[in-house]
Amino acid sequence: MAKAKARVKAPKTVAKGEVFQVKTLISHKMETGQRKDKAGEKIPRMIINSFVCKYNGEQVFACDWHPSISANPYTAFYLKASKSGTLDFIWTDDEGSVFEKSADITVT
Amino acid sequence: MVRKIEMKPVSRRDILGFAGAAAFAVVATSLYPKAAGAAPADVDAAVKALIGSSETMAGRITIELPQIAENGNTVPLGFEIESPMSDSDYVKSVSVFADKNPFPDVATFHFTPASARAKISTRMRLAKTQNVIVVAQMSDGSVYMAKSEVKVTIGGCGG
Repeated sequence: MAKAKARVKAPKTVAKGEVFQVKTLISHKMETGQRKDKAGEKIPRMIINSFVCKYNGEQVFACDWHPSISANPYTAFYLKASKSGTLDFIWTDDEGSVFEKSADITVT
Repeated sequence: MVRKIEMKPVSRRDILGFAGAAAFAVVATSLYPKAAGAAPADVDAAVKALIGSSETMAGRITIELPQIAENGNTVPLGFEIESPMSDSDYVKSVSVFADKNPFPDVATFHFTPASARAKISTRMRLAKTQNVIVVAQMSDGSVYMAKSEVKVTIGGCGG
């Protein structure tokens, strides 16, 4: 199981109907499968291939990543505040390791 | 019988001309090796596989990319698609391609009306100077496409 440290920045309170930005960052080397080690052997591909954001259990944003995404993938996206609850962030890599992070949000 | 051997002096200009042609041949072959990553044709195929026979339209897409990227390992990429993002009219997905990376696919982003704005910033790898292509699929089935060229100083796909 690979280790990865995820960081998420989202506002704690937002007004209803307001559009807010969510910034996500996860530490992961995103090995492309193109590099070679000192012995000339190809280092196998090992990337996070999927990222999903759920708002109160409902999927609101997702991405599929390929090896052309940089190491330590950073993604900033937008959401609209509908009601108070939780934002869940789920990253999945080639080995099937799942990294999760969640943030509470209060809608006023 | 005396055979007359004629020796023409080789001029400096002749030597330069020959050296120049040889150098050009070497550069030409090293610049265009046969299997150098993905050709633009691969990108066309990838886009076609994604959108089928739909016509692509210009406009509605704003790409934010540097003109010159010093480090191809982390090139900041941003885009925004103009859309009301309402329940009936929103951006369904946006795919990003790089036509000279070993794999032309970069990423696909799936939006919902709850996304409110089809705007992303992320970071991508670019192996060399090339075009980045953004294809946006709308909820009504229309497809928009835009591209932007980035000059890369140091490539970012390992060697």
